[in-house]
Amino acid sequence: MTTLLDKPPTGTEEGRSARSLVDAVFRAREISIAGALALLILFTWISNPRFLDDQGVKDLLLNASILVLLAVGQSVVVVTRNIDLSVGSVVGLSAFACGKFVAGTDHGVLTVMLLGIALGVACGLVSGALVSFGRVPALVVTLGMLYIIQGLDYWWAQGEQISANDVPDAILSLGSGGILGIPWLPLIALALLAATAYFLRSYRSGRELYAIGSNPEAARLAGVPIRRRILGAYAFSGAVAGFAGALWLARFGTVVADNAHGWELTVVSAVVVGGVAITGGTGTVWGAALGALLLTTIGSALIVLKVDAFWQGAITGALLLAAISVDRIVSLRMTAALRKRSARHGNGA
Amino acid sequence: MGMAPDTQTAPRPAAKAPHERGATPGERVKAVGLRWDSAVGALLVAVFVVGLSTTDGFASGENLAFAFNDIAEVALIALPMTLLVVAGQVDLSVASMLGLGSALTGALWNAGWAFELIVPVVLLVGVAGGLLNGWLVTRVGLPSLAVTIGTLALYRGLASVALGSDAVTDFPRTYADWAVDTTTIPGTFITYPIALFIVLAAATAVLLHSTSFGRSLFAIGAQEEAAYFAGIRVKRFKLILFMVTGVFAAFAGIVFTLRYGSARADNGLGFEMLVIASVLLGGVDFDGGKGTLFGAVAGVLLIGVLKNLLTLNDVPNEVQVIVTGLLLVASVLTPRVIATVVERRHRRAADATDATS
Repeated sequence: MTTLLDKPPTGTEEGRSARSLVDAVFRAREISIAGALALLILFTWISNPRFLDDQGVKDLLLNASILVLLAVGQSVVVVTRNIDLSVGSVVGLSAFACGKFVAGTDHGVLTVMLLGIALGVACGLVSGALVSFGRVPALVVTLGMLYIIQGLDYWWAQGEQISANDVPDAILSLGSGGILGIPWLPLIALALLAATAYFLRSYRSGRELYAIGSNPEAARLAGVPIRRRILGAYAFSGAVAGFAGALWLARFGTVVADNAHGWELTVVSAVVVGGVAITGGTGTVWGAALGALLLTTIGSALIVLKVDAFWQGAITGALLLAAISVDRIVSLRMTAALRKRSARHGNGA
Repeated sequence: MGMAPDTQTAPRPAAKAPHERGATPGERVKAVGLRWDSAVGALLVAVFVVGLSTTDGFASGENLAFAFNDIAEVALIALPMTLLVVAGQVDLSVASMLGLGSALTGALWNAGWAFELIVPVVLLVGVAGGLLNGWLVTRVGLPSLAVTIGTLALYRGLASVALGSDAVTDFPRTYADWAVDTTTIPGTFITYPIALFIVLAAATAVLLHSTSFGRSLFAIGAQEEAAYFAGIRVKRFKLILFMVTGVFAAFAGIVFTLRYGSARADNGLGFEMLVIASVLLGGVDFDGGKGTLFGAVAGVLLIGVLKNLLTLNDVPNEVQVIVTGLLLVASVLTPRVIATVVERRHRRAADATDATS
């Protein structure tokens, strides 16, 4: 059972070579996003060298960190053919709750992070339970959760604001400090990214998430505990969002109720650009993280290139459409090539 | 989002939710004699009765005109959105198209265009936007959720390109008066945008439930591949739906502009969620293939009436948002719960018969 999803369906040479071709293309998919990112950075850097000075690089990484984290959490849900629209409101709630908790106290970093994660897990478990045990469409449930969490958050905050003066220095230094000139936030994002990628690739339960997304019925017949896995995916996505909220507090110090308002669609965009199919079953968290990095870099580059601020939304949207269209066309070509190939082998046999 | 992750060019079957198999909760609930859309209709009536008996001024013509006019744009966009969702698609770019429609109206008015000329131009832009959505979905074969997240950013971006951060407010009274809630059809509390909505809703209901086009949409939403092999021109139908949705959204942008007397690029920000919430609340199945226009309209009105009632009773806006969320979760969960209870009872009854026989 464990190897069920790791092995190609056929042990023959053709099966293996077809599989490796597929692997190569999916890897190429990530390489192409990385390439686009590199080109964008290069172009911007040539136009304005300050884009890549110490501070510039630091800003790029800091700006992307929280979105990368959220994209990793979202990918785990999206590969199961579900979606979590409540992440933006969870970030907002967690950031405010953490701010409220530490205001004027000397609570340590660890306590605050754990509080954020616990809040996020609680929200994720509610969404996850509704989706997995309630067997209701994820989009509707998490849209409902978005409203509920956002409403609770606004109601609680009542327009109140946490300012950086109230937040202990230990926590703020997590947002601004770093090691060897690299800020903490990108390191945290990278660590979570690597751990999640390893889990999804090498653990049975990780592979099962893909199995659920690519064919729920087959996964069920293969004995995958679908409900538990989906619940787990939502709990993870919630935990990451709650954690991101705590980090938001550390990074910005100033927190209001509508932090990260509307971020859910940005996160889903990042995931989609990164090649995680919204229809489930394919994609990697590396791709999603690259997608998040690309989206934030586009934003920063447009500012550095002094593109009129009014154009930024339109350009981001157009690039997003171009990215998913190119991906689609490449994968169509790829399928056609595979089919031709297997037809040839079929005739030969 | 209902598409299998295969990469064939032929129309793909509409994917079901991960655990869906056999009878849907809607069907099971129907067996008990309760349809979700009727339940929402009943809830709407109940909220109305509660409003009449508890809240002073709720029943006044002025208040009702205000309450319904206040959701005119959401209501207008909900009509084509219902058709889209029935066909298994979704359009998240509607609120951005509303903003683009509003911004263009303002920009062209600033440029000295006649209002009579602005309206058709804005509507044409709506067609073009819908065409782009539909083209990417049907020709390139992308999931509508992904496409319309992209065009959500694109159209809102174009709106801010068109008008920047300005607001245009000097529309002549003849046009602005048309949309406000104080101008009603003489002798009634019905405002002109709502009158228009009633006519369009009736037409849409006939289209969805009494024509072969409407039946085809249900077929596409239920089983796209089967619909294709049954001779339904799936791609063309979807393309038409996206175009119609684009036109309605752009038109809602004009209504919004006149109603508030203000054209801004960020008008209607976040409305896409409200429109989808209303449609889903009315029992239209997000997986496609099921739902009624009556349900969707009841869903829109329920959100509008509830909002008005809560506001009249000084319930803060945050709580109204929570109520919307709870309603949405309840709207998908309740049929499930009822179905499970009914199933259990049936099974127990069956077991009992087995034991006695």
